[in-house]
Amino acid sequence: MNISQDVREILGSNEAFAGKVEQLSDDDSLFDMGLDSFGSVQLMLALEERFNVEFPDELLNRKSFASIRAISEAVSTLVRQEAA
Amino acid sequence: MSTLAARAERAAAVASRHADAVDREGRFPAEAVAALKAERLLGLQIPGQFGGEGAGLLQIAEVCSTLGHACSAAAMVFAMHHIKVSSLVIHGLDSAWHCRLMERIAREQLLVASSTTEAGIGGDLRNSLCAVETQGETFSLGKDASVISYGAQADLILATARRHPEAATSDQVLVALMADQISLDRTSQWDTLGMRGTCSDGFRLEARDVPVEQILPKPFAEIAAVSMLASSHLLWSSVWYGIATYAVDRARAFVQAEARRAPGKVPPTALRLAEVVNAHQAMRGTVVSALRRYEDAHGDADTIGSLGFSVMLNNLKVTVSDMAVDIVRRALSIVGLSGYKNDTPYSLGRPLRDVLSAPLMIGNDRILANTAKLLLVQKGSGQLMSA
Repeated sequence: MNISQDVREILGSNEAFAGKVEQLSDDDSLFDMGLDSFGSVQLMLALEERFNVEFPDELLNRKSFASIRAISEAVSTLVRQEAA
Repeated sequence: MSTLAARAERAAAVASRHADAVDREGRFPAEAVAALKAERLLGLQIPGQFGGEGAGLLQIAEVCSTLGHACSAAAMVFAMHHIKVSSLVIHGLDSAWHCRLMERIAREQLLVASSTTEAGIGGDLRNSLCAVETQGETFSLGKDASVISYGAQADLILATARRHPEAATSDQVLVALMADQISLDRTSQWDTLGMRGTCSDGFRLEARDVPVEQILPKPFAEIAAVSMLASSHLLWSSVWYGIATYAVDRARAFVQAEARRAPGKVPPTALRLAEVVNAHQAMRGTVVSALRRYEDAHGDADTIGSLGFSVMLNNLKVTVSDMAVDIVRRALSIVGLSGYKNDTPYSLGRPLRDVLSAPLMIGNDRILANTAKLLLVQKGSGQLMSA
């Protein structure tokens, strides 16, 4: 499972990122690109659905959604916990 | 050196003396703002290294409440000024120009206004139509600012705009525009039911040849999430608490006067007073617990920008703005006609009209709709002390 690729795909469906996802590096700040709180909620819902996980409240902060790498790491941790 | 409370009380005494005239004439609370400057209260939040006092929002909130007790408009001007200053203090430290600006605010007691609202966008501060147009080292900006509170009286305005003419409406920056760098043509007048002294007129704002270093380096998205949401809701709530407290004080004085006239009997209004004091205590608890949570976060952007914190702040605004209206209205029902009349020691017309703005400034429905979206993912801890 390539989580980072899935995150990019989901991110691409966000209005602020349409057509721009491929130019983003894993570490670019998504907030600088215009990701707002609603955008992160939509992203979270899509990730929860795709990976069958639930983001606990302590991960619902700006740090977890700061970059593609941060999101991928958060999702990987949750997926591992789910599998354990 | 007198205490902060004493300085705030002195400024509030001046504000109180002119509050009725400010309201009646719909004019800027000039005397109150002069008193705030004389007491050096406009630079309170500026860090010590820039000549300020490094006060936190808790201390600013206390002053907001003291002023709200005296003159709602002066209190709201003070609150809005410090909401803008908090953005500078939290997000301007990396920029030499903004550090010098902070020094000037402290030294010269400059009054800072805000321009987010724009024709075609309304009150949605996270979108702009106007854009910064950069040529070399300078930029120009034209904005149909449908509301700039005390825009004509401010020494500088922090305005939102798109980063460049091709940027998305949500890709915004915050620019500092000094009064002598802009022209303001009034396009609408603030003739309102209450809060008349904030002079929140509409303007066509034009700025030319402004150095690009006056653009705050942080994206406005981050400024809005980390400093503005918290400082707005916390400081507005403190102003409304001050207004509600004034009304409760009037009601209490009225009931006590009745009791003195008929010794041995508890006046029927005392029961209503007990109810309103109960509501007032609940309101205070709501405001204070939110301020404490903010203080406990110690400026940590991840905590303050977290979804749970945003939900808490949204709930604070909706709850407290409704409670404030309810408390003033109930206080009026206790004092009766002497509160309805404008020239008695119990007059409550002005605070009632002022406080009716609370549920409307960023409409509560808009805030609830925002919360509704956040709740799609929030899980909740179910704990009393760490919710």
